[in-house]
Amino acid sequence: MAYKLDAKTPAGELAQKWSNHKAAIKVVSPANKRKLDIIVVGTGLGGASAAASLGELGYNVKIFCISDSPRRAHSIAAQGGINAAKNYQNDNDSVYRLFYDTIKGGDYRAREANVYRLAEVSNLIIDQCVAQGVPFAREYGGLLANRSFGGAQVSRTFYARGQTGQQLLLGAYAALNKEIAAGSVKSYPRHEMLDVVIENGEACGIIARNLVTGEIERHGAHAVVIATGGYGNVFFLSTNAMASNGSAAFQCYRKGAGFANPCFTQIHPTCIPVHGTQQSKLTLMSESLRNDGRIWVPKKMEDVEAIRKGTKKPSDIAEADRDYYLERRYPAFGNLVPRDVASRAAKERCDAGYGVNETGLAVFLDFKTAIERLGKETIKQRYGNLFDMYEEITDVNPYEQPMQIFPAVHYTMGGIWVDYNLMTTIPGLYAIGEANFSDHGANRLGASALMQGLADGYFVLPYTIGDYLAKKIQAPKVSTDTPAFDEAEKGVRARIERLFAIKGNQSVDDIHKRLGLIMWDNVGMARTKESLEKAIVEIQALRKEFYADLKLVGCNESFNVELEKALRLEDFLELGELMARDALNREESCGGHFRSEHQTEDGEALRHDDKFAYAAVWEYKGIDNAPEMTIEQLDYEFVHRAQRNYKD
Amino acid sequence: MNFTLKIWRQKDAKSQGAFETYKVENISADTSFLEMMDILNNNLIHAGQEPVAFDHDCREGICGMCSMHINGHAHGPSQAVTTCQMYMRKFKDGSTITIEPWRSAAFPVIRDLVVDRGAYDKILQAGGFISVRTNSVPDGNAIPIPKADADESMDAAACVGCGACAATCKNGSAMLFVAARVSSLAKLPQGKVEGARRAKAMVAKMDELGFGNCTNTGACQAQCPKSISIAHIARLNREFLAAKLQD
Repeated sequence: MAYKLDAKTPAGELAQKWSNHKAAIKVVSPANKRKLDIIVVGTGLGGASAAASLGELGYNVKIFCISDSPRRAHSIAAQGGINAAKNYQNDNDSVYRLFYDTIKGGDYRAREANVYRLAEVSNLIIDQCVAQGVPFAREYGGLLANRSFGGAQVSRTFYARGQTGQQLLLGAYAALNKEIAAGSVKSYPRHEMLDVVIENGEACGIIARNLVTGEIERHGAHAVVIATGGYGNVFFLSTNAMASNGSAAFQCYRKGAGFANPCFTQIHPTCIPVHGTQQSKLTLMSESLRNDGRIWVPKKMEDVEAIRKGTKKPSDIAEADRDYYLERRYPAFGNLVPRDVASRAAKERCDAGYGVNETGLAVFLDFKTAIERLGKETIKQRYGNLFDMYEEITDVNPYEQPMQIFPAVHYTMGGIWVDYNLMTTIPGLYAIGEANFSDHGANRLGASALMQGLADGYFVLPYTIGDYLAKKIQAPKVSTDTPAFDEAEKGVRARIERLFAIKGNQSVDDIHKRLGLIMWDNVGMARTKESLEKAIVEIQALRKEFYADLKLVGCNESFNVELEKALRLEDFLELGELMARDALNREESCGGHFRSEHQTEDGEALRHDDKFAYAAVWEYKGIDNAPEMTIEQLDYEFVHRAQRNYKD
Repeated sequence: MNFTLKIWRQKDAKSQGAFETYKVENISADTSFLEMMDILNNNLIHAGQEPVAFDHDCREGICGMCSMHINGHAHGPSQAVTTCQMYMRKFKDGSTITIEPWRSAAFPVIRDLVVDRGAYDKILQAGGFISVRTNSVPDGNAIPIPKADADESMDAAACVGCGACAATCKNGSAMLFVAARVSSLAKLPQGKVEGARRAKAMVAKMDELGFGNCTNTGACQAQCPKSISIAHIARLNREFLAAKLQD
């Protein structure tokens, strides 16, 4: 049965939609809020800000995270900044311009109304965070400073050194702590959601595993909010934290929630290249470095070979012999083109043989010009911690020699389908932040993930959830002693027992690394019909191997990291296939999704708006059955879709 | 490179722990310390043994999840980095490396190298915030803040809450952690409103949770992966004293 998707986009002028909608939706009175329970899963920017705001409104909130403290969520690792349309730099920025840049950056595959709302509330986020004591960078006059990020020609990114995500998360975590102290939010650290419980078609709670004791717990609520981030770790090697996973989202999908555009993956252009087979994760070098760093490879193949052999240093290559290929190809945006464009351009040069390390998979990010222009001290002030981190990892001093960088998996634009209220196809089940699909289309602009997480959590969900909960004010406390909870708990226990019973020979990591290679080689930066069909067959085979040959030690009733990893890998093994299927269906190139068959003469992504101007929403049909796709047509009322142009 | 590892193994909070010795071989110098631990664990799993439990997550030195006392130092012998940012090239080939969990009364061991740092959350819940409601705030540029103050606030806010300070302190004091938060907010006009209440509440909670007193040895600063200065402890003391004098 296909979904009947209703995005619930409000009518009216673009700039009035959110105001009109807020005026039209229901609110819940303070006396009734006290009677309503909400579960929030995940404590990153989205989850923490939502839980804090909902608690403050008077709802009873329970918040769950897999780490030992809400403050560890992976939002903390975001380096560069957060966008807002403040126009503090007087460079003609506006809500409309931020909206337009974001929708264009996403290659016209996001909903207009959602993106406009995001741009509209962006300014409130900055105000909120300043009031919480987030120490944003300031100018000598005491006012807030900005820098530039990819895909924009204005300077609208607010930042706190290279630790913006950390500071924003500590702000949201502080707001959360305030509510925990007030008793409106109860925190469950080291707990992992293993299933969502549905009764009469509505979300009514979760099954969680206490990661310290292994206890399987039932938690009921009138609404459940998923804020568990993205699923980039399906690739094994990514810039995500080690424990970041797609499992909570995937349980929602298994239980009937639509999963939208799973193939939209962001490959970030500036990461430290892979160094060997023992590597566990990839480290990002912030996009902010492209404000001052210039990306290049040698023009002459003999220089490439000399650098690889070590007979020449990059600094020995004369200016005239350097190919600043982004500046050459995209004069208007130069080194600040969006991430998908920069990543593909790096791949193009490396495929042509100009990669500058022994694997041939690296390009230079050079600060020579900037150091000459601004002095070492200024560069140190701007990026000191990133330079230190680079040197720690690679043993190369980036003040003297350029950094080596290469694209790596970073973010997933796809996610659980939500309507304008951020509600999934299951009533009472919401998804916010990276976990949903809503705002970034086929490619996210830098400094927009933090913006979306906090927009959803502080300024959107606390209003829209009331529209649903207003119908629940007569509902009693959710009982967890029901057949729906019984069945969900039984399912979770059976899953765990099944994994322990396999008693095979391969560890979780052994299998996960193989899945990662299949994904990177076939569902990575460039995809073809053949590679995707190959990936589907290989993932299915690997999944069979997982169920036949997994080696899992220990038991459920203890602190068992291997079990946690095995459960997450089990979900990745299905999610990977879903991504390949979605990529196979989408016979066009757009944003981060590049089908080699569909490119312009210049090698740019070639969209087919006549056929694919839609979000592909997938419905689960069982582990070995093909999922069913429903289309949400993306009708553009206000923006004219054009070939993205970053040249002039 | 080859290493001998002496690692603290402890089944759970109630059990007694002990050191176990393991060998790891053919480790590349570019391998991170935690990747070396991954390799050990994969070997243990293949041998049918339970892997060593250790906390870690972002592996970029920012989440504060990784801990470990390595050769007697919190986060190992390197200065100003977390365990996850340390690379095996820092160790001598063939050497023996001793790995223990944080040792602090307020951080009970959960398993092996994993400890419960919930006490830090509780201290922050006692007052480590500014009481503003969502959407009830002035424009971000309404209050100019001198750059030097904002920078100093940021210096303190760089704390990742890993627990190295309390684990290193001979008194088991959490003063550097508490000071980092108090000082970061005290340097900003927004934070001053509740300054007195905050300093008193957080210090009282720290005492209640079993952390020791500060005797200014400076060990916390030396071992802090973010090099948070003990000057912030001085500011906390001033804030605390001023608050008490108002009582």
